[in-house]
Amino acid sequence: MALALFIIFGVLCVAGALNLLFQRHPINSALSLVVVMMALAVIYWTLGAEFLAAAQVIVYSGAIMVLFTFVIMLLNAGEEERTTGSKAAYFVGIPGVAGIIALLTYIFLHEKAALGYARLGGSLDTATSNISEISRVLFTDLLLPFEVTSILILVAILGAVVLARREQ
Amino acid sequence: MVPIAYYLILAAVLFSIGIGSFLIKRNIITIFMSIELMLNAVNLTFVAFAHQWKLIHGQIFVFFVMVVAAAEAAVGLAIIIAIFRTRQTLNVDNINLMKN
Repeated sequence: MALALFIIFGVLCVAGALNLLFQRHPINSALSLVVVMMALAVIYWTLGAEFLAAAQVIVYSGAIMVLFTFVIMLLNAGEEERTTGSKAAYFVGIPGVAGIIALLTYIFLHEKAALGYARLGGSLDTATSNISEISRVLFTDLLLPFEVTSILILVAILGAVVLARREQ
Repeated sequence: MVPIAYYLILAAVLFSIGIGSFLIKRNIITIFMSIELMLNAVNLTFVAFAHQWKLIHGQIFVFFVMVVAAAEAAVGLAIIIAIFRTRQTLNVDNINLMKN
């Protein structure tokens, strides 16, 4: 049953990613990326990361992809023009990518027993929830990095405002 | 019981599709989206290994990656808007100011 769930959403992920690659219009690519992210959220959930599944839906498909869609509509981006592009991308890049997939697949299948098996719903004991465990570590051991990220986001907001401002 | 290896293979496939579309696509927004796809693939690897080692730190790392990705998306899209304003194009082949 867990395997069926994984296969359904894994295939959905790969199909969405391939659709991103083959669609010519940016808005179609953006919507297929949303499909990939929602399917990944389910896969996170099967790995016992409920908090990340929720954050994936809210942050990635909710905030980041909406931002992308807004920019695509704002810039009125049309269909991609078919240009020659770089020859190296086709003749070195594609076989290289296929080689990376083949090598990694071989290694992972070879080490399958050593890597172990995933238990549906996570491996933490049921007394502590995933969210309370994450928040305990985040607000005790990693408090300083967590606070620094707020400064990072503030700087990113200021940078975005400065960059996108119309020059007088 | 799904082997962890399958999750890692899925992440590898997603990452490779991300690399492929990064190389092939000509639209700067789509190229930026393929970077997001690669970040997602790496996040899946982190979650899978966090599950394997029964440690929460992998998931916290993914949380920080998400924060940085959000900041990166905001700044990157602002840069794309600035490029479009000056060059009136989104095609990366036409953005060659440094080349000439």
